[in-house]
Amino acid sequence: MNLNVKAGQENTYDAIVVGSGISGGWAAKELCEKGLKTLVLERGNDVQHVKDYTTAMMAPWEFKHRLQFTNEMKENYPIQSRCYAFDESSKQFWVNDKENPYNEIKPFNWLRGYHVGGRSLMWGRQVYRWSDLDFGANARDGHGVDWPIRYKDIESWYTYVEAFAGVSGQAEGLPQLPDGQFLPPMEMNCLEKHVAARIKEKYTDRIMTIGRVAHATKAMQNGRACQYRNLCHRGCPFTGYFSSNGVTLPAAAATGNLTLRPDSIVTEVIYDEKKGKATGVRVLDAHTLQTVEYYANIVFLNASTLGTTFVLLNSTSNRFPNGLGNDSEQVGHNLMDHHFGVGADGEFDGFEDQYYSSGRRPNGIYIPRFRNTNAATMRKDFVRGFGYQGGAGRGRGNGTEGIGAELKESLQEPGKWTMGIGSWGEHLPYYENKATLNKNKKDKYGLPTLDIDCEFKENELAMRKDMQESAREILDAAGLKNITSYDDMPPPGHCIHEMGTARMGKDPKTSVLNKWNQLHAVKNVFITDGACMASSACQNPSITYMALTARACDYAVQELKKGNI
Amino acid sequence: MNRRDAIKNVALLLGTAISASTLAALEGCTGSGPRNYALEAPETKSILAEIAETIIPQTNTPGAKAAKVDEFILTMMQDCYEPKDQQILLDGLKKVDEASNKQYKKSFVDLTAEEKTAVLTEIDKERVAYNKRENKQKEDPTHYFQFIKELTLLGYFTSKPGATEALRYVAVPGKFEGCVPYKKGDKAWAM
Repeated sequence: MNLNVKAGQENTYDAIVVGSGISGGWAAKELCEKGLKTLVLERGNDVQHVKDYTTAMMAPWEFKHRLQFTNEMKENYPIQSRCYAFDESSKQFWVNDKENPYNEIKPFNWLRGYHVGGRSLMWGRQVYRWSDLDFGANARDGHGVDWPIRYKDIESWYTYVEAFAGVSGQAEGLPQLPDGQFLPPMEMNCLEKHVAARIKEKYTDRIMTIGRVAHATKAMQNGRACQYRNLCHRGCPFTGYFSSNGVTLPAAAATGNLTLRPDSIVTEVIYDEKKGKATGVRVLDAHTLQTVEYYANIVFLNASTLGTTFVLLNSTSNRFPNGLGNDSEQVGHNLMDHHFGVGADGEFDGFEDQYYSSGRRPNGIYIPRFRNTNAATMRKDFVRGFGYQGGAGRGRGNGTEGIGAELKESLQEPGKWTMGIGSWGEHLPYYENKATLNKNKKDKYGLPTLDIDCEFKENELAMRKDMQESAREILDAAGLKNITSYDDMPPPGHCIHEMGTARMGKDPKTSVLNKWNQLHAVKNVFITDGACMASSACQNPSITYMALTARACDYAVQELKKGNI
Repeated sequence: MNRRDAIKNVALLLGTAISASTLAALEGCTGSGPRNYALEAPETKSILAEIAETIIPQTNTPGAKAAKVDEFILTMMQDCYEPKDQQILLDGLKKVDEASNKQYKKSFVDLTAEEKTAVLTEIDKERVAYNKRENKQKEDPTHYFQFIKELTLLGYFTSKPGATEALRYVAVPGKFEGCVPYKKGDKAWAM
């Protein structure tokens, strides 16, 4: 039953934020702190910080299947269960694939959670600034459109969001990977320190540093601090890492200006042709199935790259027959991810008398990009570059052959040291990589579904060869033995860095958003999730979404005060 | 009515609020296929308990029986494995008894600890040889003792006695130090 409730004044706010994930949480905080009565709409269920982390304090033996996959999971979560962060302890944070269909024109893993906090609860927490190597890349080699901003436009906003989110890392002074506002770095273990030293000795173009990660390595707000349990994807009762639920949404709520409405599926942005701007959004209540309208002066779309794409394409009017703000026909196009799942592992003879403490470090090491960074490192076979993440550790025992006390005793002791590195590479923006609305296949709410048609092409494939070979070469140079390299080639989407479907640009003819993340054609609609990205770089993108969000909120409120929107 | 609604109704009857995440966790506790009742037979459990204890015996720390590894293996087989793999396990248990009967004229559970170890040591060699066979095909069945051994080791070292007595488990470490001296005999960290 669709009952159109006539929404009145009680449904009117100063600002609406669509989505409560990593960028929506920031939009909520910034707009609320600037005094705007802000409505945050989340399509999924409520997840209250700490209280709803029902598995967070469970010991391994308290899980019936000890965190392994069951047939039921494989049946209901065939796609989500491919994700490293999906297991018996976290499956409540991932969508049921059967109930949330999309159409893979080419293989694409759309990994997501529909709940308050979104993927900020299960994210990998790796945080790397972009540099002008990245913001200038499209202009330099002609792929995609030029970014309308450069590092100087975002630098202070990186600092601003890092200071509040809490980012641990080691300053390295690299031009291609600017240092941030860092909390104390986590420590490398013995083998990692050894490998870092060997890399420094053998190479002039690359280094290995400890991962930069959104963990409170010293006490932050309310004494929150990382406890080194490495159970982050269950939600953290210690607020050891940054999430919307634990950090930005509480800050937004503390202002008294926040209204959070879960179970609210935004189906479209309402566009007023006379006013030439958006007046609000239309919501389908996931429980009552009633349609409700909410109104505001400003709308921020932070529904995730593909979620925002859906909302834009589904918001049609006489003025925008192909979707809101889609004069350029770029909405849904230029879909990117990172390509990864390629690298090498090796064993190390030695350090038998060294181990690490009981802490389970929720972080690894990082080898920043070293290809195509300057004239000396230019490649003929591909443009752009890649970085490596990885780590070392000691396994247990010495194989599993044999029976009885001897086997048991061997498995009670640490085994050989091993180390692995895996690569994250840049995916170029291609117009033909796209998400489009399929009106023939509807979901359980009767809403259209997305057709996703995305692939990696020649540049990515050429880069992968180097990613694999260089991984082997680095480990070999560092003294590891029995090195095996691999290329598992997971499909796009699997890296969960999907982005680019409403790109920023200088020219309204070829881009969707301006340099303030504002729709060129609808000035009171801002998009600051991954959809806004004009290129993908090779760094994990979340901190850039956070910085762009804070920056856009600042601009939006200034414009509002000036009466420009 | 689907299972989610059923659980919700139970929660309402009991007058308890039940969070969405608990609901999801409750839902996950059922295997989706029909139950394999052969896995639930008492003799299946008793021979598995003896096999697991032989693989991981009680020493100065508890063994597999104390860690209820037999129950774990059966739960995993029931909820996480395909019917064809369940059958491989059930047939495998018969083969263990056949090997015992051939060598000692007794069923496996009636052997002495030394005899059990001898029988399983041979079977483990057979497993290793099978895993190293030439011309491997993707569709080749897994050796039954591979399932039993993997699940015994997983079940034991993730159990409370396994993780906290055979290994060292610290629930909330609070800090991480990258390099600490290690001396032979120190136990590994659980997880």
